[in-house]
Amino acid sequence: MKINWFKYSAPMNFYPLAGKLIPLFWILAIALIALGLYWGFFKTADVLSDQKQYYRIIYVHVASAWMAMWLYAVMVAWAMVGLVFNTRLSFMMASATAITGTVMTVIALATGAIWGKTSWGTWWDWDPKLTSFLILLFVYIGYIALQSAIDDVRRSDKASALLALVGLALVPIIYYAVNCPDPNECASLHQESSLERVESNILIAMLITTLGFWMYSFATILMRVRTIILERERNTSWVSKLKEFNN
Amino acid sequence: MKPRNKRLAFVLLALVSVGAASALISKAMKGNLAYLHSPEEVLNGVVPKGQVFRLGGLVKEGSLERSDSKLEARFIVRDNRDNEITVVTDKILPDLFKEGKSQVSRGKMADDGLFYADEVLAKHDAEYMPQELKDTLEKEHTPQAASSTKGGTY
Repeated sequence: MKINWFKYSAPMNFYPLAGKLIPLFWILAIALIALGLYWGFFKTADVLSDQKQYYRIIYVHVASAWMAMWLYAVMVAWAMVGLVFNTRLSFMMASATAITGTVMTVIALATGAIWGKTSWGTWWDWDPKLTSFLILLFVYIGYIALQSAIDDVRRSDKASALLALVGLALVPIIYYAVNCPDPNECASLHQESSLERVESNILIAMLITTLGFWMYSFATILMRVRTIILERERNTSWVSKLKEFNN
Repeated sequence: MKPRNKRLAFVLLALVSVGAASALISKAMKGNLAYLHSPEEVLNGVVPKGQVFRLGGLVKEGSLERSDSKLEARFIVRDNRDNEITVVTDKILPDLFKEGKSQVSRGKMADDGLFYADEVLAKHDAEYMPQELKDTLEKEHTPQAASSTKGGTY
C-alpha cells in the first residue's frame, strides 16, 4: 500500500486529524506532569547537600527552559519548510508554536527568578545565560509582533520566518554559554547545565515533567493551529461545510 | 535550477551562516566576556581603581567574620592560584553562601586594599544530590573527590 505522506499537509485534512489528537495529548500531558511532580515532591530527598526544599522548582524550571529552546528550533523548522515548499500549513504551525514557546520562556524566567532569589540572593542578574534567555523571549515576541504587523499573510509569513531563522543563533549560545570545560574561562552566575551530578531520582522526575510539558505543547499548538486554519481558510468551501458551523 | 531548489539552497545557506554566527559569538563570549574578574586579575591591575565590577572566587575556609555590633561581614575570596582579596559587605548573605563555596560580589576596590561589596551572590554548581549519597560517593572516590573540591568552580 502506498501511503500518501502529503495528505495531511493540506489544512483541510489536518484540521480533523488535529482535532482527534488534541484529547490524547491532553491526557498524556496531565498524566505525565502529575506523575513527574508527584515523584519530584514525594519520592526525592527533602534536603540536598547544599540546597533545601526550594530546589524542587527545577522540575518546572528545567522542563520549561528545555521546551522554550526546543520549541524555538521546532518553530524555525516549520518556517523553513514553509519557505522552501511554500506550504500553507507549515507557516501556520510555526506561528502556533511561537505562542507556546513564549509561554515556556516566561515560565522558565519566572521560576528561575524565584529560585535565584532564594539561592543566589537575587531575582535577576545580567549573567550570560540569563541575558541570552531574555533575548530569546524578545525574539519570540518580535516574531509574533512582526507577523501581526503585516496584513498580507504570505508576506508576514515569509518576513517572520527570516526573523525566526536569524534568532536561531541564540539557542546554541544559551546552551553552551556556560558549558565550557574550564569554569574559570566562561564565568557566569548560572551553573553548568550538566546532568551528571544530578541524583537519578531527581533526574527521572525532571525528565517525566519535561515529557509532560512536551505533550502539553503538542496539545496547545494543535489547538491553536486549528483556530489559525479556520481563520485563514474561512472563505473556503470545506470550512463552510464543517458540521460545527452547520447546526 | 527549479525555484524550489533555489529556495532550499537559500535556506541551507542561511542556516550555515546562522550556525557560523552562533559559533563565533560563543567563542567571543568565552574570551571577552567580563562578567566577573578573578582575584588574580584584580591584583594584576586589570580593573581600574574606583570602578564597579564583579569579583568571583571561592570563599576561603575559616575566613568569614561577622561583626557583633552591626550587619557587617568580612571574608576572603581566593582563586585556584592562591590570590586573595578581602571583601567587606553590610548586605545580607544568601542562603547558599558558605565557606569553601563560590561567590560573586559586586562592588569596588578601595584605597585600603579592601573590596567593598554592595551585593553578594552565592554561586551554585550543578550538583543535585542528597547529603547521604554525596558522603557515600566521596568515601568511594576519595582521591577524585579531594582533587575536585580543590579545583572548585566559580
